[in-house]
Amino acid sequence: MTTKMMGAKVQRVEDDRLVRGTGRYVDDVAPDALHAAVLRSPHAHARIVSIDVDAVLDVEGVHAVWTHEDLEGAMAEPLPLLIPHPTLTHGRTQYALAKDEVNHVGEAIAFVVADDRYVAEDALARIVVEYELLPAVVGIEAARTATHLVHDDVPGNVAARMEQSNGDAAAAIAAAPHTLSLDLKIERSACMPMEGRGTVARWDPDQNRLQVWTSTQTSTGVRAAVAAKLGLDLGQVDVITPDVGGGFGVKIVHPWPEELLVPLAAQRLGRAVKFTEDRREHFISSAHERAQMHHVEVGFDDEGRVLGLDVRFWHDHGAYTPYGLIVPIITSTQLLGPYKPGAYHVQFDSLYTNTVIVTPYRGAGRPQGCFVMERTMDAIAAELGKDRADVRAVNFIQPDEFPYDQGLIFQDGRELKYDSGDYPAMLAKIKELVDWDHFEDFRAAKAAEGKRVGLGLACYVEGTGVGPYEGAHVHIETSGKVKVATGLTSQGQGHQTAFAQIVADELGVRFEDVEITTGDTRRMPYAVGTFASRAAVMSGSAIHLAAKRTKEKALRIAADALEADVDDLEIVDGVVSVKGTDSSIPLGTVAVLSNPLRYAFDEASKAATQFNVGDPTKPPVAEDDEPGLEGKDFYSPPRSTFASGMHAVIVETDVETAEIRILKYAVVHDCGHLINPMIVEGQIHGGVAQGVGGALYERMAYDESGQLLNASFMDFLMPYVTEVPASIEIDHLETPSPLNPLGIKGAGEAGVIPGSAAFAAAIEDAERLPITAMPISPSELFALRATHAPHAQESK
Amino acid sequence: MTEQTHEIRLSVNGVEHEAAVPARRLLSDALRHDLGLTGTHVGCEHGVCGACTVLVDGQPMRSCLMFAVSAAGHEITTVEGLARPDGELGPVQQAFRECHGLQCGFCTPGFLTTITAGIAENPDPTEDEARDMVAGNLCRCTGYQNIVKAVCRAAEIARESEAVR
Amino acid sequence: MKPAPFDYVRPGTLEEALQALAGHPEAKVLAGGQSLVPLLSMRLAAPAVLVDINDLPDLDHVRVVADGVRIGALARHAAVLRDPDVARVQPLVPLALANVAHATIRNRGTTVGSLVHADAAAEMPMVLRLLEGSLDVAGPGGRRTIPADELYVGPLESSLHHDEIAVEAFFPALPGGSGVAFEEIARRHGDYAMCGVAAVVAVEGDRVVKASAGYLSVSDIPTVVDLTEALDGSVDDTALAAAADVALEQLDPETDIHATADYRAHLARVLTARVVTAAYENAREEQQS
Repeated sequence: MTTKMMGAKVQRVEDDRLVRGTGRYVDDVAPDALHAAVLRSPHAHARIVSIDVDAVLDVEGVHAVWTHEDLEGAMAEPLPLLIPHPTLTHGRTQYALAKDEVNHVGEAIAFVVADDRYVAEDALARIVVEYELLPAVVGIEAARTATHLVHDDVPGNVAARMEQSNGDAAAAIAAAPHTLSLDLKIERSACMPMEGRGTVARWDPDQNRLQVWTSTQTSTGVRAAVAAKLGLDLGQVDVITPDVGGGFGVKIVHPWPEELLVPLAAQRLGRAVKFTEDRREHFISSAHERAQMHHVEVGFDDEGRVLGLDVRFWHDHGAYTPYGLIVPIITSTQLLGPYKPGAYHVQFDSLYTNTVIVTPYRGAGRPQGCFVMERTMDAIAAELGKDRADVRAVNFIQPDEFPYDQGLIFQDGRELKYDSGDYPAMLAKIKELVDWDHFEDFRAAKAAEGKRVGLGLACYVEGTGVGPYEGAHVHIETSGKVKVATGLTSQGQGHQTAFAQIVADELGVRFEDVEITTGDTRRMPYAVGTFASRAAVMSGSAIHLAAKRTKEKALRIAADALEADVDDLEIVDGVVSVKGTDSSIPLGTVAVLSNPLRYAFDEASKAATQFNVGDPTKPPVAEDDEPGLEGKDFYSPPRSTFASGMHAVIVETDVETAEIRILKYAVVHDCGHLINPMIVEGQIHGGVAQGVGGALYERMAYDESGQLLNASFMDFLMPYVTEVPASIEIDHLETPSPLNPLGIKGAGEAGVIPGSAAFAAAIEDAERLPITAMPISPSELFALRATHAPHAQESK
Repeated sequence: MTEQTHEIRLSVNGVEHEAAVPARRLLSDALRHDLGLTGTHVGCEHGVCGACTVLVDGQPMRSCLMFAVSAAGHEITTVEGLARPDGELGPVQQAFRECHGLQCGFCTPGFLTTITAGIAENPDPTEDEARDMVAGNLCRCTGYQNIVKAVCRAAEIARESEAVR
Repeated sequence: MKPAPFDYVRPGTLEEALQALAGHPEAKVLAGGQSLVPLLSMRLAAPAVLVDINDLPDLDHVRVVADGVRIGALARHAAVLRDPDVARVQPLVPLALANVAHATIRNRGTTVGSLVHADAAAEMPMVLRLLEGSLDVAGPGGRRTIPADELYVGPLESSLHHDEIAVEAFFPALPGGSGVAFEEIARRHGDYAMCGVAAVVAVEGDRVVKASAGYLSVSDIPTVVDLTEALDGSVDDTALAAAADVALEQLDPETDIHATADYRAHLARVLTARVVTAAYENAREEQQS
């Protein structure tokens, strides 16, 4: 028997090319291409009085310089608002090149194409723009105050106000024996993949076709956008996603101005054109996330049971709203985590500021929601003098309560109904991993050494695998090799490996014989994209279903050839055989038989020519059949599947310097059945590191005028190996999802979600002073100590 | 006005290349775009991320912080030069694969070159020394856990192949 | 992020290099380039000419002489750091060098280049000042020695003339009966520190007879403070507090996105106590050996 691949720690097939340096990232293709560069606004808010490009025209090596005036038709219109929502009453999007006004530092104003990037940047330096400066709106407070407006026609800077309830929260809080109110804040960060954005396009005048390579999380989305904007038929545009150097959300937004301008330039100039974003550009022109302020009112009973919860929050979405309200909707719904408050009401304002746009970054609003809910749980425990884990436990949805309907509408417009989970079992595991019950002994031992330590816990539930669908196409070639295509893209998740594991199991072929292609619209034109921890759930399921179809066909043909009953057949290592006999036929031969031929071109195809195959009295291809050993299927679930997890962290806060050291980090994670535990654990490791970054290091530091003060890796502090936990202890729980054939749930974003919540709890526990804003630096902790100072008396 | 170019000879992975480059051409760009060795990646172009790290006379250096004209006369090793002579993966490459030390793979070439030099200097690193060896390279995917494991594993593989020889 | 065009010369002798500099008021010297190249790529600097001195002969030395260590303009940080003689003669040099950026940067960056870059957040300028070292520079008029306390005149500004090339730094040896220590606190390992302090303490028996500390990132030029009087012979808590008070009077920490001025001042205070104590212990040990 072939070993079952699902659940095995299979080494990745991607790695051979990537460790040899023979991967193909977007900047690696089309070495003959011209290079583009973009002039970006140096001001946060200004009217463009004039643009003078005359000095560029005679620069040797410059092929084109465009401003908005050079764009026509749909290209001159604003970029699409990708995800409209009824409450998004004042949605605004930017132009591919700014028209009359710029609304953040970094907004694209002019586009230059030159022999190379050096010359293109020389040209940018010669463009003269006259600006009339306008007051900049920076930060949530300024946006709320609305002394100045980002867009003249958006009163109060409010793009959307949205409200949801389940029960009467206000009444429940009013009637509760205990109440608390909290104000909680999270700052801006960003995905910051190691590879920035990039697009290459080539126009083929012989075929009237455009070929686009782009570093994206959705090739089909880019394809549709390019076709629409350039006025081409969808069939004229191919989009290929090569190896992608990380995404984490920022590459799901599309089309970026350059994703349209590069294809347009390729078409107009008749040359391949390439845009490779540099790091400074990435900071000031690619999306950020996370900035929100929250006000919580909560009412609870003597056990800490939440009777009513009312959350009001303000979301800073930057200068435009191309991705709609996805982030704040997720915060407002996923905030509830594994808990079942008696009643819940939430309302948010999504606000304009003169800063870079905000779109989902791994976790997508959940880290904020988790922070709010978990800070609330800790506050309840503190108020009642109860154990923080116990307070959580009394609020958990119980295993026998699934499916559990939270009574809200989720980001996909579907019910927020949890499919499965076991939160009490998970809590028991995480407590064991960090020795929760004996932490006070540890604290006392450390105190005896003059050290201060704290323990934090955070729980979350994550809706994964949102729709609408993904598809897959499976093709068994006459060689017996299996070629599989799915439309969503890969940016490091090991899809070529994990999906091949699914195919190998379902088809009964050797893992090595399966080749997966992702993100190529020529191979699978129907797809959505890679985001929201959906690839394994959506494409994994679609591939499983398509493989199943292919297998059915293979068995049907093989049954004919072997003169056996389908039910008596099995496929092992790519060979179909009648169980318990020597009678067998390789899948490659089945593929030959599936395609009745007129012409023979090799030994194998001789067997399938019209004189050899089939009943001469019937049509060579039956009415309900088609040639070839192929299968295609789509997976479209009724709603998301809900993964969950709990993280615990022990920190030491330096008594003298306020430095924060991580002593232990533990994770319990439930994403249903695991396809490849090695890959899942890698995802968790990476998420935890981003969580550490978000909690302790990373923030976008804007000044009042809207200048980003730390637009470099020198000053935007992504963790090195020296800043992450020396080890991350992981335990899994496998509560299968009933919603898909493999029982899987998404795992991509999980690791990052509870980071800020867990660190805030641990620092608060160490310092005995409230932590209400994240991230936190040693300097900020030092300042907090100065204002609160309970320890000041204790320690000296 | 045409920019002056300099005829340079670059020795990369034991192969002599000739190129005509402007003085301002960064070594990273020369490797990628003039020589077509696109395995060296560019992550920040200000010397912080380490993705572009190559070996210059065996020492790891940032190729984005050197001009190609300055690199002439030195022996450069890039990720493309790390496989064994028979084409099999080199010890660090093999260890990264075994330990799942990479996800998107973009930062990986800089880690591989850095560690290749690191284990040549310290063939049996402790876990702390392994961590120190990669302390100047950024990775956004892996959280470094498996990279540290891969450093130790690479050293082990290198020692084993040394013993066989 | 690509540099603006420049002319490039790579002279084979110091004389040619000086001529190239003299001929171009907008020329810059390129040695390791680890600070200069990012500035060029961000187009924050755009010199008309780069004079690459990497081919100049006899400048990559790390030489121990009777009274100290002489480091040539092309000696890389890494070479200085791993030289056992340097550690023996002046242990503060490797202690500080280990904190200069990351190992890969130290493989290319030069110690003399770092001294000339004159960054008040960098380790080596402060160490040169603390140790009362000097920098030898060559110019059209010949060679001169700039004492460290005359080298730093403003933020990122040294007293080198435009037409001069730094050729060699001199770090004096640690005298007998003395100890050194260095500590800095950075946001991430390898980053520029929020505050860093080095100390040199000389003892006779249990008594401190001379003590001074150097500070980085808490004033706009590398700053050295004589703590001898404040310590009044001792390193007990009272003496250390007095020493920190004296130091803080001469420092001018500023708030930036990584730390407030108050926090930097606090770190200066904490680190002063730590490094003075450690240097004192080391001096005592040295005395006994």
